[in-house]
Amino acid sequence: MSSFWDALAGSFGLVIALDPDLMEIIGLSMRVTLTAVFLACLIGLPLGAAAGTFRFPGRTLLSVVLNALMGLPPVVVGLFVYLLLSASGPLGPLRLLYTPTAMIIAQMVIVTPIVAALTRQVVEDFNSEYAEQFASMGVGPLDRLMSLLWDGRYSLLTVALAGFGRAVAEVGAVIIVGGNINHVTRVMTTTIALETSKGNLQLAMALGIVLLTIAFVVNACVMGLRATAVRSAYA
Amino acid sequence: MRDFAFDMATGPSVGRQRDEQQPLLEACNIGFTARGEQLLHNVDIAIRQGSRTLIVGPNGAGKSLLLRLLHGLLQPSDGKVLWQGNALNAKAQRAQAMVFQRPVLLRRSVFANMKFALSVRGLRGQKRSDKILSALASAGLSHLSNRPARVLSGGEQQRLAVVRALACDPELLFLDEPTANLDPASTAAIEELVRDASARGVTIVLVTHDVGQARRLGEDLVFLQDGHVAESGPAQKILTEPQSEPARAWREGRIYLGPNTQSLCDFPGSKL
Repeated sequence: MSSFWDALAGSFGLVIALDPDLMEIIGLSMRVTLTAVFLACLIGLPLGAAAGTFRFPGRTLLSVVLNALMGLPPVVVGLFVYLLLSASGPLGPLRLLYTPTAMIIAQMVIVTPIVAALTRQVVEDFNSEYAEQFASMGVGPLDRLMSLLWDGRYSLLTVALAGFGRAVAEVGAVIIVGGNINHVTRVMTTTIALETSKGNLQLAMALGIVLLTIAFVVNACVMGLRATAVRSAYA
Repeated sequence: MRDFAFDMATGPSVGRQRDEQQPLLEACNIGFTARGEQLLHNVDIAIRQGSRTLIVGPNGAGKSLLLRLLHGLLQPSDGKVLWQGNALNAKAQRAQAMVFQRPVLLRRSVFANMKFALSVRGLRGQKRSDKILSALASAGLSHLSNRPARVLSGGEQQRLAVVRALACDPELLFLDEPTANLDPASTAAIEELVRDASARGVTIVLVTHDVGQARRLGEDLVFLQDGHVAESGPAQKILTEPQSEPARAWREGRIYLGPNTQSLCDFPGSKL
């Protein structure tokens, strides 16, 4: 039991001292996750909005596929991206395997369906309210899409947050394509897994504390923003 | 058969430009069927340019449905809608505007709502801002310009919806029960906006089931009952001497139950 408290005390010590190794891992984690979520939003928001707004052949199928892909097993994604980026794979010449870029790609593949499927639901709800007014005004397809995304911005922040939560907690896919190489591709989750197996609980717990704190702060910020928006009738 | 009541001139209003020859909008024997049920039957009416036409009738008569068909939001199952003698197309639809019973306002400020509507019509820059400010002033909403549109009162929201529609300079304005659930002061404000627009030459087609409003605003009137045009013609004539039993029942505030039914007791099996 005392080893638990020792580890906890030591982990706080690392966080308070801003341990350089710890900071490097946190920095890389944030860079990889935020880039992956940004790219996933860049693809998922318009894709989901289009699926929630327009009627086209295969729309229902697209919705079913997006919903199904929300539950993609990360290790399968990791394997798929590994095969794509490996020396014999179609993207092998780019030499991206075991780089942060490979981890960004893997996380993006996992998060994009989540963003797209949740966006489709949000936008569909907004569209059912606005559709007749937009049709009456003669709003064009692009304006309609952009307006729905803009008016749903606070709900879509929650969608992005869901994507962030999934990406920042990801282990399986990033360890396969990143390799958990020290000072190169070592992120918080993979370090926690490695250090725990090595018995270095101080660093593992320190990273766990940081991970929880980040999740808490981001959630609190988004919820606060959304509550303000609801009070102002913007959400 | 065409309801010719609309060809009877009710006398031109001051400042109104009328074209008595060519109806602005025509419904040529339109019908509408949904899920195997015919909701509208052979509606054949013509809307004169510059007129104020009221579509009235009890709940479920098909008033809002007819309005949507006339505006092109729905396609008729039978017949066709003509705009100045031609098929209703996107260009014709842009010459019209519609205000819904429950105002549909974007989750933005009052000013931004106006800005969006005018941007869609291609207006930009100072000209757009000037137009927004003058439109808001005309509805007494200038002081609310920066407020989120959805925190306004029901009456203010509906006034905003009406001025937003009018700011787009429509030739024809459809209003679907715009004063339902509003207090008398808000109702009067909306009616004032409608009368002003009408005086500027905007053709008005308004759905209501308020007899008082029909008296105050009506020039022409179409009475719908169960998806059929029961009666149509000059509003004052129908309101004073209705020829059909449904219109008479509506004017007297009675429920019309059918051709041989005087009260709920007449229904077979009724225990009243």
